[in-house]
Amino acid sequence: MAGDLTGTVTFKGTPPAEKEMTPIKDDPNCSALYPAGLPMTHFYAVSASGGLADVVVSIKGAPTGAAKSAPVILDQKGCIYSPTILAVQTGQKIIVKNSDPCVHNVHTVPKENEMKNLVQMPGGADLEFAFDKPEPFLKFQCDVHPWMFAWVSVVDSPYFSLSDKDGKFTIKNVPAGKYTVEFAHRKLGTKTVEVEVKADGATQDFAFEAK
Amino acid sequence: MNSRYQPALFWFAVLNAVATFLLIGLGGLVTSHEAGMSVPDWPTTYGYNMFLFPLDKWVGGIFYEHSHRLLASIVGLLTTILAIWLWAKDARKWMHWLGIAAFLLVIVQGILGGLRVRWNLDWLGVPHGAVAQTFLVLTCAIALFASRWWKNSETEKQIPVPRGLRSHILYVTILIFIQLLIAATMRHQHAGLAISDFPLAHGKIWPATTPEAIADYNAHRPAGTIGNPITAFQVNLQMVHRLVAYLIFLGVTAAAFLSRKKLGGADWLTKFAWFWLALLSLQIVLGAATIWSNKAADIATGHVMVGALALLTGAVWWLVAARRTRI
Repeated sequence: MAGDLTGTVTFKGTPPAEKEMTPIKDDPNCSALYPAGLPMTHFYAVSASGGLADVVVSIKGAPTGAAKSAPVILDQKGCIYSPTILAVQTGQKIIVKNSDPCVHNVHTVPKENEMKNLVQMPGGADLEFAFDKPEPFLKFQCDVHPWMFAWVSVVDSPYFSLSDKDGKFTIKNVPAGKYTVEFAHRKLGTKTVEVEVKADGATQDFAFEAK
Repeated sequence: MNSRYQPALFWFAVLNAVATFLLIGLGGLVTSHEAGMSVPDWPTTYGYNMFLFPLDKWVGGIFYEHSHRLLASIVGLLTTILAIWLWAKDARKWMHWLGIAAFLLVIVQGILGGLRVRWNLDWLGVPHGAVAQTFLVLTCAIALFASRWWKNSETEKQIPVPRGLRSHILYVTILIFIQLLIAATMRHQHAGLAISDFPLAHGKIWPATTPEAIADYNAHRPAGTIGNPITAFQVNLQMVHRLVAYLIFLGVTAAAFLSRKKLGGADWLTKFAWFWLALLSLQIVLGAATIWSNKAADIATGHVMVGALALLTGAVWWLVAARRTRI
C-alpha cells in the first residue's frame, strides 16, 4: 500500500535581490562565454506564481532502500555549476561534466563524507561521485573559479524530491503511514510538517516566508 | 675557507631573503583568494611537470597557487646553493649548520605545503605559515651574519645595548610570532571574516557568542562573503587577535621610547625602533582595512606581508643589539 506525496512549495514575500556574478570577469576564458552580460545568482528561484524551486523535500525516518539506479548529472557550463542544487540518495552516482573550454577542479567539501578534489580538463572524461552518508547541502566548489558552487543533499532513503521551477514536487510510492516531511532550502533553512500518506497518496503544500 | 667579508655571498643571502619575503606574499595571495586547492595534485600541476605547465592554463586560482609553487622551488634552489656555499666558503662552523638548518627547513616547508594539498588538511596550513615566518627570519639572519657590518663589528668598538631593552624587544618579537600563529589559524579556517566591523565587534565591545548570536551573524554576513559558516571559536579568535595587536602596538611604542632614552635619538637602533612603530601603525590600519573591505585579497595580503616584516624587524633589532653587546 503506497501512494505519491505531491505538493507545491511557495515563497511568500519579496525574495532578496540577486546579484550579478561579477567575479566571472576575473577569468577571460569565462567572461568570454557571456558576451551579452554576466549571469545573476539564483539563490531564490521564485516563479511568477510564487513557486519556489530548489527545495529538497524528504521524508524523515522513511524506510531505506537500494540506491536509485539513474545517475544525476552536474555540469560545469559557462563557468557555473548547472544545476546548483541537487538531491541524491546515498550511494547514487553523480556524474560531473565539464562543458567549458577551460580547466576546473571539482572539490567536494563534505562534513560527513569523504572529501575529493579532482582535476577536470576541458573535454576531459566525466568524473563520478557517490556519497555513503546522508548530508544536507554538501558543497561542490571549484577553487580555480571561486564563485562556482553547487550543493548536493544526500538523503538516506529513496523518498525525496527537489521542487521544480514552479515549486512542484512528487515523492513516489511512499508506503502508507504517518511521517515527518522536511522542506530544506539552502538559504531559507529547514522546516518540518507532519503528513499522513494514505494508499491513494497525499498532498502537502508548504510556504517559506521572507526573513 | 674565508673569514673575511664576502660580498657575493652576502648579496646572494640577501637575494634568498627577498625571494622568501615575496614567497610569503604569494602565499598570502593564495589564501586570500581561497586558491590553495585550485591545483589538486602535487608535485605535478594538473598532471604536468610543474615547470612545464602551459602558460595559457595559469588562470583564476591556478595562477596564484602555481606561481607560489614555482617561486617556492626557486627559494628551495637558492637555499640549497646558499647552504653549499656557506659550507664550502664560510670559516664559521656555526654558519655551516645554519645553512643546513635553512636547507632542512625549506624541505620541510615544501613537504608541508604539498601535504596540505594532497591531504586537504586545513590545519596543516597553520604550521606551513609558521615555518614560513621562521624561515624568513632565518634567511635574513644568515644575510645579517654574512654582512660587512657583522664581520667588522668583531673588531670595531660598539655601543652596548642594556639588557632590559634587549629583553623587552625579544618579548615583543615573540608576541608578534604568537600573533602570526593566531593569524594563520584564522586564515586557514577558510570562513571569511568572523567579525565584519571595526573598531566594534558585531556592534559591541565584546560580541555575544551564543548559538543564537552565531546563527544571526551567519544570516547577516556581508554580500559576497564566501567560505564556511563562522563559529563561536572563530569570533573569539579574532577578538584575541585584536587584543594581542593592541598589546604589540603598546610594546613596540614602548620599545621606541625606551631606545631613545637608553641609546639616544641618533643611534640607528633607535631609528630602527621608530621604523618598527611605523610598521605596526601601518599594520593596524591594514588590519582595519581588511575588515572594512570584507577581506579584499590585496589588502589582506598586504596585512600578511607587513606582519612578516614586523616580526623580522624585531628579530633583526635583537640580533644586532646582541652583537653590539657581545653576548
